[in-house]
Amino acid sequence: MTASLSQTVIRQMDRRKMLSFALPGVILIYLIYAAFSFDLAGLAARARMDNAAILLGDFWSHKTHVTRDNRSGDLTIAIEGESKGRYPTGTRPDWVTVDGAVTRIDLGNGHLVTYDDAGARYVIPGYGTVDIRPEGGQLALVAPQPLPDWINASENKVSVTTDAGRFNYSRSKVETFKYKPGWELFFFTLDSPYYGHGPIALLFGERLDPERSNITGMAQDFWTNRMWRHGDVVWALFETVLMAFLGTMAGAMLALPLGFMAASNMMPFRAVRFAFRRLFDFIRGVDGLIWTIILSRAFGPGPMTGALAMFITDTGTFGKLFSEALENIDDKQVEGIRSTGASSLQRARFGVIPQVTPVLLSQVLYMLESNTRSATVIGAIVGGGIGLLLTQAIQTQKDWEEVAYYITLIVLMVMAMDSLSGWLRRKLIKGE
Amino acid sequence: MVDIAFGPEKGQRPDLGDTRAAYLEMVRRKRMYGGILLAVFVAMMASGFILAQERNAGDFWSGLPMLGAFPSEVLSEAWANRANLPGLFVEFFPSLVETLNIAAVATLLGALMAVMLALLATRGLARWPRAIPLFRRMMDASRAIPEIVVALVLIYILGGGPVPAVIAIALHTGGALGKLFSEVAENADLKPVEGLTSVGATWGQRMWLGVIPQVAPNWLSYALLRFEVNVRASAILGFVGEGGIGHDLKLAMQWGQGRYDQVVAIFLLLFLTIVLIDRLSDRVRLRLVKGI
Repeated sequence: MTASLSQTVIRQMDRRKMLSFALPGVILIYLIYAAFSFDLAGLAARARMDNAAILLGDFWSHKTHVTRDNRSGDLTIAIEGESKGRYPTGTRPDWVTVDGAVTRIDLGNGHLVTYDDAGARYVIPGYGTVDIRPEGGQLALVAPQPLPDWINASENKVSVTTDAGRFNYSRSKVETFKYKPGWELFFFTLDSPYYGHGPIALLFGERLDPERSNITGMAQDFWTNRMWRHGDVVWALFETVLMAFLGTMAGAMLALPLGFMAASNMMPFRAVRFAFRRLFDFIRGVDGLIWTIILSRAFGPGPMTGALAMFITDTGTFGKLFSEALENIDDKQVEGIRSTGASSLQRARFGVIPQVTPVLLSQVLYMLESNTRSATVIGAIVGGGIGLLLTQAIQTQKDWEEVAYYITLIVLMVMAMDSLSGWLRRKLIKGE
Repeated sequence: MVDIAFGPEKGQRPDLGDTRAAYLEMVRRKRMYGGILLAVFVAMMASGFILAQERNAGDFWSGLPMLGAFPSEVLSEAWANRANLPGLFVEFFPSLVETLNIAAVATLLGALMAVMLALLATRGLARWPRAIPLFRRMMDASRAIPEIVVALVLIYILGGGPVPAVIAIALHTGGALGKLFSEVAENADLKPVEGLTSVGATWGQRMWLGVIPQVAPNWLSYALLRFEVNVRASAILGFVGEGGIGHDLKLAMQWGQGRYDQVVAIFLLLFLTIVLIDRLSDRVRLRLVKGI
């Protein structure tokens, strides 16, 4: 007896020991397989670390383009090179000086760029002067030899990248980029009278625009800022929350009666129960992505389509969750109400609903929370809300400061919804 | 009894003489609050609907009859070419495997991250109790950033392929599972941990031998549930970004008419896989949590 017991124990221990070594082994083998199938080795070659550097830099800084058209000689200074951020003629930042046809750009730390009739020169401390002159349709470059790898020169184009900025000379134009930390023009664009004033001057100083008081004027100019489009962004955020709210609530409202139909203690007919359960399985199985595609064909892009997609998927999920919650209720209360001669509708209203309300409510709030997150993705597919703005900004591959702005707003929105739903849960379910 | 419940002063006691009126008064008040809440809710839904309607390109009521048009167009074309379907299943099977691989690897990596974060962020188990808020905030942050954001930014850096999707899903999974794991670990019995401490076990040994065996079934069950979610997420990320069956679906949809048999083949593959995984994980989770 004792011998067999000890044998059993030893056998079990051996099995466990094998399992505890085999399991990590299997996982490891799977991960190695995945590494090969995902072509990790090729990834190292494909990864663009220079893109990463651009992205990280652009997240928190902006660049100002100083461009001269070599044919007409016109000089334009524009933030991010966009027409929306162009300095009006005659105005320029204090690090650019124009003297007739000579333009001097001070990039800081002794880096000096000069455009003149002959061509352009870039003085780099610790290296020397890069001098470029167009001669007979080609670019003649004079610079200390050998050329370092941060100078790229060909017959048609010369580009220099230093810590202070970037400099490009091609036959048609010469450009200098100066990088500065911060999101430029975040509050006001250059054409706004409020640009470039400190907060104290704006709040307590005299009227800058005789037509409007400073506060209204600032609010208007901020809201309609063409560079950052704050007004549109706020609308997009609101649309995203709206999609999540409408979809979740409508789904919950439809799923409640359907849940009764699928719960074994509420619906006596097996066939009906079976049909509703399979319906929920079908809705959940088709997946939100596919519902979204079908709906956007019928309703076109916009928040309504997103809300409807969420409504359909949530009906499936809630139907399953609600029917499970209904199956777990305490029958005694229903019995009590039945004993007073109540109809089945009255039993459901007074015997079942008060019991399940806290459970259902907390499920709905959790779903609202997670749908706020999904609404970003669905917005990217159906073309509505902040998801659309975000994907557009990422696809242009240059407005990374806008991407950073949207990401910050999305994270704040999700966190706000998290705490709102947590607060409501405490308030409604636990009674303060 | 009344004295015990309401104190000796007469004024505090409920007026037992008029129970009926008091009860009706209470019911009336409850109904009023309920009615106000309901009215606010209905107003929010209605105005939300109108607003969403206004900002949508297509109208809801005129779109409703069109709802069946696209599916029936797709299905009729696919039915005409139904002979192609088995071949298309074989053609798209590798992409399906890629989607599943993305989800599985992301779940594994995310679960590993979640285990570490959860153990470090649970009171009573944490290696550095003072750093608990730090690890909690890390979980919150990785949960709050939607997968699509990370995926799209990483596609720019790493180029296409499945890796950006894996990293994006894994990060999100780490945060989401970390929270659930930590809730489970909070309820773990600390006696085995104390026993191990008394024989001089290191922190790693205490966790591995004292905590993990207790929480493993619940953790595994949550991880499986997450795997289900991640399969869907990986399909969607493929559609928006790159890689897997979602990407094939996007290509087939962009082509439009003439490739609807491919669309149906991908729909079916995805549908069957999701239902199958749902079923399997339901069964396994039931066994894990309830013990066979």
